[in-house]
Amino acid sequence: MEPVVENNNEKQYQRFTRLNRLLHIVMIVCFLSLASTGMTLKFAYTSWAVFLSHLFGGFESAGYIHRVAATTMICLFIIHITDLVRRKRREYGTWRALLLGPDSMVFNKKDLRDLIGNFKWFIGRGPRPDYGRWTYWEKFDYFAVFWGMIVIGSTGLMLWFPEFFTLLLPGWLINVATIIHSDEALLATGFIFTVHFFNTHFRPEKFPMDLVVFTGRMTLEELKEDKPLEYEALVRNGDLEKHLVEPYPEIVVRVIRIFGWTALTIGVSMILLIIYAMVFAYQ
Amino acid sequence: MVPLNKMSTHTTVRIKMNMVRTWVLLAFLLACRASLLVAQENTDCLACHNDKSLSGTKNGKAISVFVDEKKFGGSTHAKLACIDCHADLAGKELPHSEELASVDCGKCHSEEQELHAKSLHGKAIARGDVLAPHCKECHGTHEIYSAKDSRSSVSPLKVPYTCGKCHQEGSVVQKQRTIHQENIIENFSESIHGEGLLRKGLIVAPNCATCHTPHSILPHTDPASSIARKNIAKTCTKCHAQIELVHRKVIKGELWEKEAHTLPACIDCHQPHKIRKVFYDQGMADRDCLRCHENKDINAKNDGRSLFVQVDDLNHSRHAKTACSQCHADVNASRVRACETIQKKVDCTSCHAEVGQNFQKSIHGSLLAKNDSNAPNCKECHGSHKILGKADQSSPTFATNVPALCARCHREGKKAAVRYTGDQHGIIEHYAESIHGKGLMKSGLTVTAMCTNCHTAHSVLPRKDEASSVNPKNLPQTCGKCHSGIEQQFEKSIHSTLVNKTDKPLPVCNDCHSAHTIRRADENAFKLDIMTKCGRCHEEISKTYFDTYHGKVSQLGYTKTAKCYDCHGAHDILRVSDPKSHLSRDNVVGTCQKCHAGATRKFAGYLTHATHHDPNKYPILFWVFWGMTGLLVVTFTISGIHTLLWLPRALKMKRDKRKKLSLPAETPSEEDKKEELSGDKK
Repeated sequence: MEPVVENNNEKQYQRFTRLNRLLHIVMIVCFLSLASTGMTLKFAYTSWAVFLSHLFGGFESAGYIHRVAATTMICLFIIHITDLVRRKRREYGTWRALLLGPDSMVFNKKDLRDLIGNFKWFIGRGPRPDYGRWTYWEKFDYFAVFWGMIVIGSTGLMLWFPEFFTLLLPGWLINVATIIHSDEALLATGFIFTVHFFNTHFRPEKFPMDLVVFTGRMTLEELKEDKPLEYEALVRNGDLEKHLVEPYPEIVVRVIRIFGWTALTIGVSMILLIIYAMVFAYQ
Repeated sequence: MVPLNKMSTHTTVRIKMNMVRTWVLLAFLLACRASLLVAQENTDCLACHNDKSLSGTKNGKAISVFVDEKKFGGSTHAKLACIDCHADLAGKELPHSEELASVDCGKCHSEEQELHAKSLHGKAIARGDVLAPHCKECHGTHEIYSAKDSRSSVSPLKVPYTCGKCHQEGSVVQKQRTIHQENIIENFSESIHGEGLLRKGLIVAPNCATCHTPHSILPHTDPASSIARKNIAKTCTKCHAQIELVHRKVIKGELWEKEAHTLPACIDCHQPHKIRKVFYDQGMADRDCLRCHENKDINAKNDGRSLFVQVDDLNHSRHAKTACSQCHADVNASRVRACETIQKKVDCTSCHAEVGQNFQKSIHGSLLAKNDSNAPNCKECHGSHKILGKADQSSPTFATNVPALCARCHREGKKAAVRYTGDQHGIIEHYAESIHGKGLMKSGLTVTAMCTNCHTAHSVLPRKDEASSVNPKNLPQTCGKCHSGIEQQFEKSIHSTLVNKTDKPLPVCNDCHSAHTIRRADENAFKLDIMTKCGRCHEEISKTYFDTYHGKVSQLGYTKTAKCYDCHGAHDILRVSDPKSHLSRDNVVGTCQKCHAGATRKFAGYLTHATHHDPNKYPILFWVFWGMTGLLVVTFTISGIHTLLWLPRALKMKRDKRKKLSLPAETPSEEDKKEELSGDKK
């Protein structure tokens, strides 16, 4: 928060493209819709679920919202993949370059070293590792969502069109799909609203939230501190200037912050409701 | 008369032939007698027995053995020889000294003898009852005349006196034996029958034997008796042929004999021995009663209750044509105040016999019999003089008024409700809110079920009583009275005791629909409640239902999803293994298709009661669930440790950074040095 205010007029480093930011915002909206509508069914035995279900206008309306959000999410997934293909063609040339290059989301040996190094740092047995463009937990978040989309998406489709899927598959697979869909969703929401929220927003350096994913911009100071290797590489290659942009005006930042706060609040409340449902009202 | 000369030849020939026949017959009879005349002539007997002072002994007692020759000569037995009856004297030396045996009339009158032996009187003789009448008690000994002979003791006019010898008021028989009727002879002589016979000399008027028969006298409880309830109509109609024509208002004619047991018998209205056509007009007319009872100030002597009778009420009541004395029986027309002989309270059952019988068996009746002060009698519900039919809107027994009527005692806090120990509470309030109550009270549908439709009006019994209309055993029939078709379905279902021979309790209507809070089955509240209703018995299976999508949607309070009855059926529920079940192999796909139009056989393989908690029944689901749970646990454990270790370190990092910012000139701390070092290394 402070750096943004202090360096109000300084140029900032653009970390995320406009499309990625947009996708993340849409993803937040979809994810919160999916989670909140889905949870009403999973925790139907709680009074908050009954309340929420009625708030959404009934189980049919909630289901409708769930399906619209799911469809949007699938589109979002396709757009992301298309974007990857496009970027491969324009920026990398080969899949190999895209997947194994230094800016890749794919895990590599350095991530393992960073993980070990980070644990050492946690217990005071070493320095904080120097991260590159993507830290290992960012990569994990990314692939968690990737995996989740496939698992939840496919089982969700089975539950949406059981008549179609049972043309070939046995009926009990619908039961299996229900369990997987529901538990994987629990994993996703649980992970996003606790681990992801902490790793990116609630950890003391970023508390209460990191706006970079919305603005796409971070101060150079932050970049130096968070991703020293990326900074060094940019400086070394002389590419830094290319990525420097004007910061957003205060009003835009404020709108973004309101949106972020809303999403965070919804996420945290949902976690509390889930904990209540699973610990105190489990049936 | 037709003059002889104008008679046809044919007629004269016939008369001649008849005369010839008579002579031949007489000659034959005389020939038969000839042999007896030789030995002991009646004159031989009468030689001694003509003496008025002649006495003998019978059972050790001195008795007169005088035989009035004149009277005997005129009797029906005049032509018989003494020894025909006193058979033990045949061939004996005369005069005889021994006691004679009792005469056996049955030698000739075997039929009558037989009837008599079976009768009340005959049985009493067999028992050795000294008061029991033999033939001679009614018919006499040597002065026996034909019943048609006015001198006979059994001629119509004499019968009441003959019977009265034993059955008149104050007689030994009347006092010492159990005779159910009182003042028999007195009442008979005042009755229309008695008056006709005794005062007007109409010998066709019935006497005792007309109704009771001469020889087959049996108690009214004996089904063979002429006065048994089921025979009484037959007995009365011997004279009152086609009497049903004038009783059409009372009953349907053809039922009179066919269903005598359900109809009032003649005697219910026309009390035996008191029968009168215009009984009430002779000093017993309503106006005589009203002379006093019209007076508003008239009170009972003993307890001061008002005895005032609102004539208008009576005239508009169902009993407008019923005379006072018909209900207030025991009146005695011969008194100045006919009612002073009234001993008993009004007994409605003398006309409403069947209703009375039902009532006596009911909880109300049995409590009343125990003199329970809380028990209602007829009056309590029907009123007294203002009795109106249940079709009359202003009657308390009119459909829409019944709940209020029963509420007088059964409303919470009232006398019946406070002694009730069952589980139904707020009955009246709940009923009013129920579908039946709303139909009746709000929509005014008088055909809607109200208290008496289910509990019956007069046979009200507690639910636990097997004869109760609301006993689980009988409830389906009770509800089925209106819900036609449902009962038949239910009776074929697995829940019916006719099908399911389990010793576990089976549900009946009220277990799902409740008793007094009964709701429309298409109301959401009912639909959602049904799962817990089924779940009371089907505990496990209903729990697993709530683990599935269907169950969860209904848990959220929505009904547009499969509930128990959508798949299993409601009243026609059958074992899943039953081929006729909605869920049998042949029917299950169709059942799914009710909601899922595209359902196939594979689709029907969806486990609607699946649970991932049962490794034996659903191993795949169990392991998938635990696999997923394992994934969650591992993920959250690792990331949780990662986060928890990170947090204190990150806090320290932030503190150090702040220190560095606020003290930029100071020498770097040990740690900062280390960090710098490590940075250099890289």
